[in-house]
Amino acid sequence: MTATLEKGATPARTGRQLTYVKAYNEALHQVMREDEDVFVIGEDVAGYGGVFHMYDGLLTEFGPRRMIDTPISEAAIVGLGVGAASRGLRPVVDIMFMDFLAVCLDQVVNQAAKMKFMFGGDVRVPLVITVASGAGLGAGAQHSQSLEAWLAHTPGLKVAMPSSAYDAKGLMVTAVRDDNPVIMMLNKKLLGAKGDVPEEIYAIPFGQATTVREGSDVTVVALGRMAVEAAAAAEQLAGEGISVEVIDPRTVQPLDTDAIVASARKTNRVVVVHEAVTFGGLGGEIAAQITDIAFDHLDAPVMRIGAPFSPVPFSPKLENAYVPDRAAIAAGCRRILERS
Amino acid sequence: MAKAGGTPTLEAATVEGLGADELLDLHRRMVRIRVFETEAGTLMEAGELPGFLHLYVGQEAVAAGAMATLTDADQITSTHRGHGHAVAKGAQFRPMFAELFGRLDGYCRGRGGSMHINDLSIGMLGANGIVGAGLPIAVGAAFASWYRGDGSIAMTFFGDGASNIGTFHEAANMAAVLKLPVVFVCENNGYAEFTPQARHMLLEDVADRAASYGMPSEVCDGMDAVAVKLAVARSVERARAGDGPSMVEAKTYRYYDHQGVKGLRIPYRTQEEIDAWKKRDAIELLEARAVADGVLGKDVFEKVWAQTRADAEDAIAFAKASPEPDPADVLLNVYTTEA
Repeated sequence: MTATLEKGATPARTGRQLTYVKAYNEALHQVMREDEDVFVIGEDVAGYGGVFHMYDGLLTEFGPRRMIDTPISEAAIVGLGVGAASRGLRPVVDIMFMDFLAVCLDQVVNQAAKMKFMFGGDVRVPLVITVASGAGLGAGAQHSQSLEAWLAHTPGLKVAMPSSAYDAKGLMVTAVRDDNPVIMMLNKKLLGAKGDVPEEIYAIPFGQATTVREGSDVTVVALGRMAVEAAAAAEQLAGEGISVEVIDPRTVQPLDTDAIVASARKTNRVVVVHEAVTFGGLGGEIAAQITDIAFDHLDAPVMRIGAPFSPVPFSPKLENAYVPDRAAIAAGCRRILERS
Repeated sequence: MAKAGGTPTLEAATVEGLGADELLDLHRRMVRIRVFETEAGTLMEAGELPGFLHLYVGQEAVAAGAMATLTDADQITSTHRGHGHAVAKGAQFRPMFAELFGRLDGYCRGRGGSMHINDLSIGMLGANGIVGAGLPIAVGAAFASWYRGDGSIAMTFFGDGASNIGTFHEAANMAAVLKLPVVFVCENNGYAEFTPQARHMLLEDVADRAASYGMPSEVCDGMDAVAVKLAVARSVERARAGDGPSMVEAKTYRYYDHQGVKGLRIPYRTQEEIDAWKKRDAIELLEARAVADGVLGKDVFEKVWAQTRADAEDAIAFAKASPEPDPADVLLNVYTTEA
């Protein structure tokens, strides 16, 4: 029996604490137990358990048939996933760092995403591609990106960005059960973050935002780890008498426009924040959707907070300044309130 | 042995070891490809078809010979030049022509076009508009065969040009390392689009590349359907026995340009080269040899041609009468929404 959250419902608190990466790992254990067609393939996922320990224990329980180590061949790994998925299996493909999607983007964008449409509907591609995304670990320009805008821009893909251990588990369960290709973006800086995670298997529907914190003065729509930073900023601003509502879309494709617009109508001010560079980022899309639907409710233009238009820098001093944080979000909230 | 891109030596087709039924089967598959492609070319020339057309004419022996070793449970991935593979695997003329016209009764409901024709019911996992992209997908199909242990195999078709792209090497190595039941069939027509083989790789045989991945390979005459069938059958047998992947390279020739119906342009190829290859036309060779050996009569072949032409005529009429897709339905099948 799997619990599925009703729209708008908040998770029941059980007091059971797991890290974000353990929650993802537990989701895999549970979906692999319930569905023989689920297997995991990628570089170092089986024998080593994944470079971020995402797959610890799975080889022991499920064996080498369902936990497969591969050569360093991202295009072939994703392509293998596409072919296996088209025949009804449910591959979980691990591509390690999100940046490496650039190495195999044809299989993601031209094959997995389009196959159902261009084949006329007679195929399903139930494929999960798990990637570790995000900056803040001194990993440099090729191991730190948040590329959700590339993927959300591609019809046929779904993109999940969990910001908590609870969501990492529930979104992964949904991702594996979904009959479409899903990019599961795990944020590297959150891997060790603990949170409340029920032991039972549960699925969080895609396209359903969660209200991380309720508020009345300004809405912060925050993607991925930025939801954590936004919640911290909200806490700080509460001390200044500013009431911030934090909305985490959880998936950016599909995007819960209804929840975002409802919050915009309530607070009349919206700040959108993501780790990715601001230019061409989803902040622009979300701002446009709010403006299209709820322009009359806005007391100020929707504000975007993202990274500057440069690759992710290495030096800790540069990187800290580069990635948006709670201080930047708090400053943005104050600014938008001053404007209106 | 014919040499890709060069002048073939004149040999007769092989018929040894095959009965009349098997020869007729190969002949029928080849004729169906030739007629389909010729009609498609005529329609394109008349301006009736939208989009691109990559004709398979000249290479029929490869698809026919290879597909004669497979069942509907076996999966293939194809290329941008995919009509021949689809037809030889058993795809129907009606939805194929309807797709070329972009109509609702097409294999892709008008959403895919020539380069995305597929029929999952017969194990045709799609043509592909990206050179080399079908190779890892076939490895995945073979993985599913292995995972389920259902006895099916996968086969992937690619050209000499595709053997230079990364996915070829990744897919070959991956299949070898995981010992998956997949057969790599290289159709070496001597040209990567318009660039002759000698200017895109230094090896004479693409099959030599298989050794890099610890994979057995062989080269066969791609103008001889029987030779292709016998060679591919050895690889299929290995795959079915659980002995892993193999590669077969078939030396063949493309009668049209890379794309379109303008025929063979000089000077990127020479008239002498074209004439030499056409003298070894796969269908003519098979017919001549079978008649000379008294295995099959000319009348049998003529019946195949007549029946196939009638099928094509019927299918083209069907395609032309098929409704256009409705722009209001453009979002159909972007995602799987039903359970």
